[in-house]
Amino acid sequence: MSASALASRDHTPVLQLSGIGKEFGAIRALSGIDLTINPGDVVGLMGDNGAGKSTLVKIIAGNFHPTHGTIRFDGAEHRFDRPLDARAAGIEVVYQDLALSNNVSAAANVFLGREILRKVGPFRFLDHRAMNARALELFNELKSETRPKDLVKQMSGGQRQAVAIARTRLANAKLILMDEPTAAISVRQVAEVLDLIRRLRDQGVAVILISHRMPDVFSVCDRVVVLRRGEKRADKLVSQSSPEEVTALITGAKEFA
Amino acid sequence: MSENVAGPVSFGNVGEARWYRRGAFASQTAYVAVAFVLITVLVAVFTHNFLSYGNLLNTSKNFSYIAIVALGSTLVIITGGIDLSVGSVMALVAVLTVILMKFFATTFVASIPYLGITLAVLGGLLVSALVGLVNGLLISKIRLSPFVTTLGMLSICRGATYVITQGRGQAPAGPQVDTFYSLTDGKLFGLPVPLVYLLVLAVVMGVALRQTRWGRYVFVLGGNERAAQLTGVAVSRVKISVYILCAMSAGFAGILIAGWLGSAPANLATGYELKIIAASVIGGADLAGGVGGPVGAVIGAALIEVIRNGLALFGADTYWEQVFVGTIIILAVLVDRLRTREAE
Ligand SMILES: Nc1ncnc2c1ncn2[C@@H]1O[C@H](COP(=O)(O)OP(=O)(O)OP(=O)(O)O)[C@@H](O)[C@H]1O
Ligand SMILES: [Mg+2]
Repeated sequence: MSASALASRDHTPVLQLSGIGKEFGAIRALSGIDLTINPGDVVGLMGDNGAGKSTLVKIIAGNFHPTHGTIRFDGAEHRFDRPLDARAAGIEVVYQDLALSNNVSAAANVFLGREILRKVGPFRFLDHRAMNARALELFNELKSETRPKDLVKQMSGGQRQAVAIARTRLANAKLILMDEPTAAISVRQVAEVLDLIRRLRDQGVAVILISHRMPDVFSVCDRVVVLRRGEKRADKLVSQSSPEEVTALITGAKEFA
Repeated sequence: MSENVAGPVSFGNVGEARWYRRGAFASQTAYVAVAFVLITVLVAVFTHNFLSYGNLLNTSKNFSYIAIVALGSTLVIITGGIDLSVGSVMALVAVLTVILMKFFATTFVASIPYLGITLAVLGGLLVSALVGLVNGLLISKIRLSPFVTTLGMLSICRGATYVITQGRGQAPAGPQVDTFYSLTDGKLFGLPVPLVYLLVLAVVMGVALRQTRWGRYVFVLGGNERAAQLTGVAVSRVKISVYILCAMSAGFAGILIAGWLGSAPANLATGYELKIIAASVIGGADLAGGVGGPVGAVIGAALIEVIRNGLALFGADTYWEQVFVGTIIILAVLVDRLRTREAE
């Protein structure tokens, strides 16, 4: 990382990973990962299949504890025991498998765990109307033709991704992790997601974007981090790198940069 | 790089499905409801006594016991679990409630009106809640399989019932035993009270499932438990709650049956777990989880009872009941399968 990129932002980093390692039995999924993310940073995280990208996301999001290393979030050391704790701290995630429940509506999925309730006497009931309306707004913002009341079961891959992305917009997150959010969506929607990421950046939200799509990363990210076999092989400003170099780093043709 | 595609989002190519192909109308529950009406009409036309007040009264009472437990069982099935212990819980709670009534009749409690039966019934329900709690804890916290856990509980509760009673039936007793009978086996607005309880519970369950956060989580547990976990749903708590409610529905039905029979035999409700699960499944609950509801549970139980009653009125061997019920389980699921395949 260049010193000038850091100096231009005088905030405390949103996220600081130092020496993160993760072993699954004999598999070493990650080792010695250091990473600093500042407010408004958009970082592309790239790497071959099995490089450890999703594992890193899950560690940051509180799905599992790292075997080694520490996580500092917003200046304080954190050890998230549950995804809920990470979310409460301001980390939102779009999981690679989207984490949607097929048998309930799109709006129900968007609001899962954060339902809007209205009081009726001593009871609290779901406010379907408010949730459907808000979900429709979010889908419109993403330019996704997704109807809030439709069951997720009947939706296309792109519509499902819109639902998973809309979920991250409910709270004021400080850091949003997106694990391949553009894998199944159309050119038009990719543009919308990238636009959303830019808007988030302008609001000072940091985004980590995992993608296999080089053009996406080069159009929206300031920095690109490359993982290979669980190790960080590069952490460069996009302006000082090139798709060819990143490809070489991902495949291992080039060892470090 | 990114051009903004202006204009509101439209759904030009995705019309809404016709009302009769949408929601409740397109569900297995709807097909089974139609089958239920047809079979009821057939039975009513071809037998003499089906529509007599006495027969309707009996039939509706009989099915209410099964249906009340099927409501609870459906909750468990929606979360993707199963509860095989319900029949034994019915017996255990019926026996304990009656024993408690007899016990309180001999203590000072007997001098305070209605306290004895109230305590006995609450005691019985508390025991069922405890059984449900144990099931729920083992399944959600220790992650034992629901099938094995509740199979074990089936055996434990039935065994405990025999141990407690030494195989002898117990009869309700005490100063207000008549009140107990009228609350369990009486009539309200001309309807047998078990049916009234069933309808009230079914409505409450319908509202709870569709209009509360808890109900939504019950469905999501059956749809994608991991998603529920990741989004901060208190998965264990919701799971434990459905096993408690299921066991309590069984306990409640057990108490009603004790009032109806005027005694609580140790072999009460033996084998009912299969009938109850059959009622849920016929009514559209999916054993894979994520689908089901109170209307289905009630209609499933009603269908089973009408078939049983019809066979009896036709003078057929009532042992055929099980064959018919089994066939209907398979048919109901088969029709649903054909329907969804068409849509794919
Ligand atoms: N829960 C787990 N248990 C055991 N091994 C795991 C687990 N999760 C991931 N791994 C292993 O860790 C390594 C990294 O996996 P990870 O999912 O992070 O890859 P990825 O970079 O996200 O790949 P992809 O591009 O295919 O999504 C793989 O070798 C994988 O098999
Ligand atoms: Mg991955």
